[in-house]
Amino acid sequence: MKDFLSKIGSNESVAGYLFILPNFLGFLVFTFSPVIVSLCLSFVDWDILTPPKFVGLANFVALLGFHREGGVIVANDPLFWKYIGNTLFFMLNIPICMAGALVVAMVMNQKLKGIVIFRTIFFLPSICAGVALCLLWKWILNPDYGLLNQILGAVFSLFHINAALPGWLSNPAWAKPGIMLMGFWGAIGGMNMILYLAALQGVPKELYEAAEIDGANGWRKFWAVTMPFISPTTFFIAIMGVINGFQSGFMQAYVMTEGGPAGATTTIDYYIYNNAYQWLHMGYASAIAWFLFIVIFLVTLVNWRFGGKLVHY
Amino acid sequence: MAVVEEVAISQQEFSEGYILARKRKAARDITIKTLTYIALSVIGVSMLIPLLWMLSTSLKEPGAVFSSSMQWIPNPVVWQNYVEAWNAQPFGRFYLNSIFVGAMVTIGQVVTSSMAAYAFARLEFPGRDKLFFAYLATMMIPGAVTMIPQFILVRKLNWVDTYWALILPGLFSAFGTFMLRQFFMTLPRDLEEAAKIDGCSLFGIYWKIIMPLSMPALATLTTMTFMGSWNNFMWPLIVTNSLEMKTLPIGLQAFQGQFSVEWTLLMAASLFTLLPVIVVFLAGQRYFVEGIQMGAIKG
Repeated sequence: MKDFLSKIGSNESVAGYLFILPNFLGFLVFTFSPVIVSLCLSFVDWDILTPPKFVGLANFVALLGFHREGGVIVANDPLFWKYIGNTLFFMLNIPICMAGALVVAMVMNQKLKGIVIFRTIFFLPSICAGVALCLLWKWILNPDYGLLNQILGAVFSLFHINAALPGWLSNPAWAKPGIMLMGFWGAIGGMNMILYLAALQGVPKELYEAAEIDGANGWRKFWAVTMPFISPTTFFIAIMGVINGFQSGFMQAYVMTEGGPAGATTTIDYYIYNNAYQWLHMGYASAIAWFLFIVIFLVTLVNWRFGGKLVHY
Repeated sequence: MAVVEEVAISQQEFSEGYILARKRKAARDITIKTLTYIALSVIGVSMLIPLLWMLSTSLKEPGAVFSSSMQWIPNPVVWQNYVEAWNAQPFGRFYLNSIFVGAMVTIGQVVTSSMAAYAFARLEFPGRDKLFFAYLATMMIPGAVTMIPQFILVRKLNWVDTYWALILPGLFSAFGTFMLRQFFMTLPRDLEEAAKIDGCSLFGIYWKIIMPLSMPALATLTTMTFMGSWNNFMWPLIVTNSLEMKTLPIGLQAFQGQFSVEWTLLMAASLFTLLPVIVVFLAGQRYFVEGIQMGAIKG
């Protein structure tokens, strides 16, 4: 104890705490306390305007519970499960975008003139994130006059295909794929591609030469040399993708679809927003947020335990 | 003699075969190069097409947009769309708000993150590593969890619709601290040791040695933070009510509510909100790309 105190009192320790202080205060006020407050809020019923009422686990029961209705078991909040489904459906885009980013990175991984220009162009979509891009894609996905259906229409008539064009954001079945297409376009040249490119450049040339001597073809070399060597990067991208995937879709829903049609593009994040700021169900919104937190934590833990075994360091 | 001839012939054969193989390899290299360029161009074009469509739409006559035939070059070119869009909402004010908030958040994050990162990377004090681990763990907390209490706090302090609400929560970043700490760890210690012997204070070491040596990492954090703040949507949406306090994304969203199907104006407005990010990216893209790779280094 004495040792501990004298250490704290030493010049370097005092300086250390002082250097951390500004950041730590922000961390305390805007991250740590909110997490605790949020947990407390999940046990109350509160509309901000009247005093909060303690309701125990009622929010979680309303969110996750089931009840019997005319002999059938139904969820207390069926919409919540629907939105979980939407969120998971959107997350199917994670492996698709990863594969796309890897392909682009492999094409980029050649010593060619002008590669920097291509890198800049590929990166551009992921830079232009935000409301402006959502508006652009809302226009591109317009069923009657949008660019995508105009191109599709031209292709269809070229091959004499007699099919209706997708209604994209106006059709519950096509709205999610439409938004995922936008995500794919923004993702394959962006951050993950750069990470993959760096990983590919780290694969030792000797390994490929050795594989060639052993008579491996291109496909075999990819699976036996490239994939194991870049597996730490794949692991990192996948974990970050899943953490972000669970909390995504708010802006797209807000700007492009208002969560529709028929709730087809409402994700958990948008549902939390609506509960908190549109309907002022602060307690219920906090309960959903905490449920999301726990899910993310558990999934990341599982990824870490089991995914880690597939990674070759 | 005969032996020598034999050797000479086989050498000739060998070199002919060698040249042939090299020619084949060169031909194959050229094919691969050509295919690669074709692939790169196809990807590049599909990346650019939506953005060019935005530009094309923004310069068309309102009626020309609703036609079933694809028209890439507007005829006539309507520059007036930009003037009209700019004047339809106080976009000048939104711009100023976005620039001011972005600059403050960026300066704040670079200062607070670099100070904390210096302490985590170089100074010895009890609880350091536990605290650093706690920082790392917070990166997993969804924004939705912290945002509701943050909003309640801002409301309690009567900060709704003020710059305080827009700026203060953005001044601190676990990610920035993490990234800079990783970079500081890679710097050689010799200079610091020498400065210490010369009687330089710890703050002096941070300010005169660590910071100047870390310009690339600081430029990375600056670029990333500014662009993140520029595109930030949910938080400014929640804490602003009046038109004067809106940032660009929120203003653009309000603009959409006003002109929901006037695509020429919407695309013009979208384009001029994107312009600054594109400029910042082009200026700092080297740092941006390096920073992404830096953030991924674990340990």
